[in-house]
Amino acid sequence: RSFPNQSSLTQRELHFDRELAKHRITAWSVCIFTSYSSFPPQNHHASCTLLYKKPFVESFEETPLLVAVLTYMGYGILTIFGYLRDFLRDWKFEKCHLAREREEQKDFVPLYQDFENFYTRNLYMRIRDNWNRPICSVPGAKMDLVERVTPDYNWTFEHTGNVLKDVINMGSYNYLGFAENTGTCADAASECTVKYGVGVSSTRQEIGNLDKHEELEKLVAGFLGVESSMAFGMGFATNSMNIPALTGKGCLILSDELNHASLVLGARLSGSTIRVFKHNNMQSLEKLLRDAIVHGQPRTHRPWKKILILVEGIYSMEGSIVRLPEVIALKKKYEAYLYLDEAHSIGALGPRGRGVVDYFGLDPSDVDIMMGTFTKSFGAAGGYIGGKKELIDYLRLHSHSAIHATSMSPPITQQIITSMKCIMGEDGTTLGQERLCQLSENTTYFRRRLHEMGFIIYGNNDSPVVPLMLYMPAKIGSVSRFMLKRNIGTVVVGFPATPIIESRARFCVSAAHTREMLDKALNAISEVGDLLQLKYSRKNRHGSEGTDCFSFLESHQD
Amino acid sequence: FELLFHSRDSVKMAAGQQWVLVEMVQAFYEAPAYHLILEGILILWIIRLLFSKTYKLQERSDLTEKEKEELIEEWQPEPLVPLVSKDHPSLNYDVVTGPPSHRIIVNGKECINFASFNFLGLLDSERVKLKALSSLKKYGVGTCGPRGFYGTFDVHLELEERLAKFMRTEEAIIYSYGFATIASAIPAYSKRGDIVFVDEAACFSIQKGLQASRSFVKYFKHNDMEDLERLLKEQEIEDQKNPRKARVIRRFIVVEGLYINTADICPLPELVKLKYKYKVRIFLEESMSFGVLGEHGRGVTEHFGVNIDDIDLISANMENALASIGGFCCGRSFVIDHQRLSGQGYCFSASLPPMLASAAIEALNIMEEDPGIFRVLQDKCKHMHKALQGTPGLKTVGEPLTPALHLQLENSTGSRTNDLKLLRAIVDYSLDRQIALTLARYLDKEERFLPPPSIRVVVTVEQTQEEMEKAAQCIREAAVKILK
Repeated sequence: RSFPNQSSLTQRELHFDRELAKHRITAWSVCIFTSYSSFPPQNHHASCTLLYKKPFVESFEETPLLVAVLTYMGYGILTIFGYLRDFLRDWKFEKCHLAREREEQKDFVPLYQDFENFYTRNLYMRIRDNWNRPICSVPGAKMDLVERVTPDYNWTFEHTGNVLKDVINMGSYNYLGFAENTGTCADAASECTVKYGVGVSSTRQEIGNLDKHEELEKLVAGFLGVESSMAFGMGFATNSMNIPALTGKGCLILSDELNHASLVLGARLSGSTIRVFKHNNMQSLEKLLRDAIVHGQPRTHRPWKKILILVEGIYSMEGSIVRLPEVIALKKKYEAYLYLDEAHSIGALGPRGRGVVDYFGLDPSDVDIMMGTFTKSFGAAGGYIGGKKELIDYLRLHSHSAIHATSMSPPITQQIITSMKCIMGEDGTTLGQERLCQLSENTTYFRRRLHEMGFIIYGNNDSPVVPLMLYMPAKIGSVSRFMLKRNIGTVVVGFPATPIIESRARFCVSAAHTREMLDKALNAISEVGDLLQLKYSRKNRHGSEGTDCFSFLESHQD
Repeated sequence: FELLFHSRDSVKMAAGQQWVLVEMVQAFYEAPAYHLILEGILILWIIRLLFSKTYKLQERSDLTEKEKEELIEEWQPEPLVPLVSKDHPSLNYDVVTGPPSHRIIVNGKECINFASFNFLGLLDSERVKLKALSSLKKYGVGTCGPRGFYGTFDVHLELEERLAKFMRTEEAIIYSYGFATIASAIPAYSKRGDIVFVDEAACFSIQKGLQASRSFVKYFKHNDMEDLERLLKEQEIEDQKNPRKARVIRRFIVVEGLYINTADICPLPELVKLKYKYKVRIFLEESMSFGVLGEHGRGVTEHFGVNIDDIDLISANMENALASIGGFCCGRSFVIDHQRLSGQGYCFSASLPPMLASAAIEALNIMEEDPGIFRVLQDKCKHMHKALQGTPGLKTVGEPLTPALHLQLENSTGSRTNDLKLLRAIVDYSLDRQIALTLARYLDKEERFLPPPSIRVVVTVEQTQEEMEKAAQCIREAAVKILK
């Protein structure tokens, strides 16, 4: 649990590093590791210092022991109370609000096992008001929420008819602020609606291949710097319906342990063998790669047909950025294929907004399959896959989505086209570039301030996804409610989306946030943090280890 | 007394133990040397086993580092994807310029649309467009989040309420993608070890849902209730062997209301009978029948007059009759609400753009205001079905009420590729004569039961009598010319 220990490198690794150094002589990097919580210490290759062109600072401060113990105790108490209340409900002392099976079907095999819903019934239900809050405006930097009240402790909600106006939105994935109802994007989408209508009512292969789709695909290919691309109607389905077209039986998928559900589903549907490596841990990945090639398939020991590595650009719950330069080096060394899911990173990272490849200054052709979504930075919906022409041609024939799913709605397509052109500067303005700068500035500011306040925040310094650790289950509900009282909408997440003790609040920084809004949000967070004792960080804050690192890096950047 | 007894007992036991110990020491002295040596070795062996490093079976190899490097050097992966020849018949999609409405421009030719599933013609409805536009003005385009995290809009709740009301069920839930609806709904309920009875002709999204659920899948012959009952009986016998296990195995029947692959209707009343006889739940996929069958367009339940509460879950997409995007599930709250935390496509995906939800609401308004539209559609379907009868060399597959018929070759050439070429020639011939048709597309290697190649003919309310006659005439001509 300390800094990378370079002396432990083996001869072989050093050899490997030297080889890499030949390729990237000018590259340099500083890797700074603070301590880790659930993340095992990574003994880093010396190579990482050569592969990165700029500082790669990622921190996952260790969970304080006392906090961990208290968190487990909290869950213990909740569980005991859960059992008690289940008991009371069984004996009709407490009114049970659960929907019941029909009388006619009482003798069927129960649709749910009782224990399956224990967590939902007894834990989630208590704080259910913090999710699915209905909104009634653009999900921009500020939003309007529909006010809800519950007469029965969150079992049902009633709308009061009031609207909570101008709530600062720290929850939506509106990285570049393209969630707008005015401006060029909205105008273009309106025009498109008038001309095309909203539906398509057919699939791409049958008769739903509109000129708009072809236009979009050309643009996406240009944006990503790849030969060809294909767009799909849903981001989730882009993963789950295309991975099965790429690998099958006899293939191996190496997947990061924190990959999104859609990647996991796609991998599972493909019928390939799946092995999981530790989050962003290159040694774990390399070990799996070596073992896979050396030992082949289990039992038969036949060599694997192909190996596909699945990683994400930005991990949405951790705020970490994939160690792409190292992944690419490994992929090249072991001749594996790389599937990069840029759901959160496209548009949000890189000097030109082209995602994590752009961020590290790498060559897009080194990534075999570039996948991403249009939901977040582009303020639309859907997903894409980009890559070599052969890949896309193959997908056009074999993608489940192209053959069995309705194609993308025309106004949605138009929104993507217009916003992407804006980012690329093809609209003749610098508005897109300004948004990119604003986002990066906001991210740095927001993260720095939270760090200074003494919160434990996870992830990479450049990631606009900012998880703030809460740990205790009772704080999940109270943080979200207290923040809403201060007119700030935040996302809170707990188990099962995170490890059981690592409940967190998550902020998504947007280019649309003004400094004033961020300050307001930060003040509220600080206030709530004091109130709920959330400032767990034990690292010095001012003129501290952390800040020292920053200044040290800044001097290097000059 | 008892206490005394106990203490006396323990004294006796202690004495006995002592005696055993003495005996053991004696035996040790008397034992032959080889015996002791052997036992000593055995003890050492056990200690070694206890302390030796555990290893995984897979890693047990005696390869040296060098050999490993060689293996890594030698390994050649297959290419990521096989090469596709440039002139593959389906590689170059037909390009539609402008809207895919009643009049459609395919590959530069203006045609009458007989290919899009725009059954009620709502794609071109000005009302729907206006509603979508006003929604766009209010909410923008995207939702920038999943339903849980500020991605629930008031229009989503309204649409869910309206759908539930329209279908006369307790609750409805919307998904942002039609395909993902049933594919997410099935694995939300059916888990590993559960049993699903499925019709062979079930569409691809059902198949993917089943695969994701990892349940035990039993296919019955298409629309063959005897075959289904045979399977159910088999299961009943199986259950009697192990009643404890049977009490926790959930069972489902998954069928389509109107099959997209075969264009016929499922025998729902019989299915409901079997449901109660064998205590199996029914999931019904109604993408093709929602907004088509029944007096008010409520689908196959209304068509047969089956009580909708007898169906455990109904799913349909909003991409065909409603001419928007997305899908929904409806049924009792007891069933549907579970998906809000367990439906993968619901929880982990960005929600439906509000303008598309608004468009669907307006489409529902139109359907509710003018139920006569379904009558018109059904009459047109019957008319088209009749008009296509007797096309030489082609057989019309599907029931008279279906809006999406299949035309299959009467005599196959024996090769799928050649059959497809012939059918494509008919499609091209029609395209040149202002009739837009399309081939029904499948993933040849992935479908559980690959349907024979066919041309899809879609009927919509916008087509006039003359246009339908013209289309039938055109197909007949093409068939005569191309199939000889």
